Amino acid sequence: MITEVFDLSVGQEIPSRTLPPVTRLDLIKYAGASGDYNPIHTIDEAAEKAGLPGVIAHGMLTMGRMATLFSPYLERGFIRKFTTRFKGMVFLGDEITLKAVLVDKHGDTARFDVTAVNQKGETVTAGQVEFCVRNK
Amino acid sequence: MWEKWIGQRSKPVTNPIERGAVAKFAQAIGDDSPLYTDEEAARKSVHGRLIAPPTYPMILDYGQIEGLKLPESGLIHGEQQFDYRRPLYVDEKVTCYETLRDVKVKQARSGEMTILVIDRVGEDSEGERIFTSTLTIIVTEAVKRRWMAS
Repeated sequence: MITEVFDLSVGQEIPSRTLPPVTRLDLIKYAGASGDYNPIHTIDEAAEKAGLPGVIAHGMLTMGRMATLFSPYLERGFIRKFTTRFKGMVFLGDEITLKAVLVDKHGDTARFDVTAVNQKGETVTAGQVEFCVRNK
Repeated sequence: MWEKWIGQRSKPVTNPIERGAVAKFAQAIGDDSPLYTDEEAARKSVHGRLIAPPTYPMILDYGQIEGLKLPESGLIHGEQQFDYRRPLYVDEKVTCYETLRDVKVKQARSGEMTILVIDRVGEDSEGERIFTSTLTIIVTEAVKRRWMAS
């Protein structure tokens, strides 16, 4: 098992994770924890009124989950930069796989391409993380 | 129509980074790092104290840019960026404000699209920047029309 981000070479991946299917409760919990009560994320009628086929996950929930790939390495560093583009919607029941590939390392910083891909293979969110090793 | 607020800044708001709120947020995104909640583990880490998840700044209050009003529904969060100088610490107080950095209007298939870029900044008690959170918000022509008519 790889224990350090800097043991990876360019092109290698952090172990990817497939999350359990998105539930309404996930969205209700995120709404409560984040204070984002936009009803298109929790109430079917509101989503339909907005022209959506059903409630959609908060983009920021997916982004928050993407960052969890780096949590095993937080003892030694932190995410200095995290950029994402929300490309597609996430619906109830979607199974999201999170992936991070090392694209560059330089000095104290390792740069990754990070994606969230649904069960159909569509990239719903794509971004970059710069993980920075920190000295005590 | 929002161009005249470019460069305007909200009145800063001080936000405490609360332990319970951080724990609840970490749980909601399924982040089980002990560094958010376990003081012993946090002390042993390079950070020396409890930290908050990188997307946590979303929940803070950045104040209001005077006179700037946006549609309450139908906004699309197109892009998001966090830029940190150091991690955000639990139990610190952060002074937060936002600035409208840019407004662009583009022609899309579905009509005119307005793209707003908002920079949200968090500073420590010495006035040093901890993070900048940049939101790119898209307002479609349909949303803008509906909002202006209401």
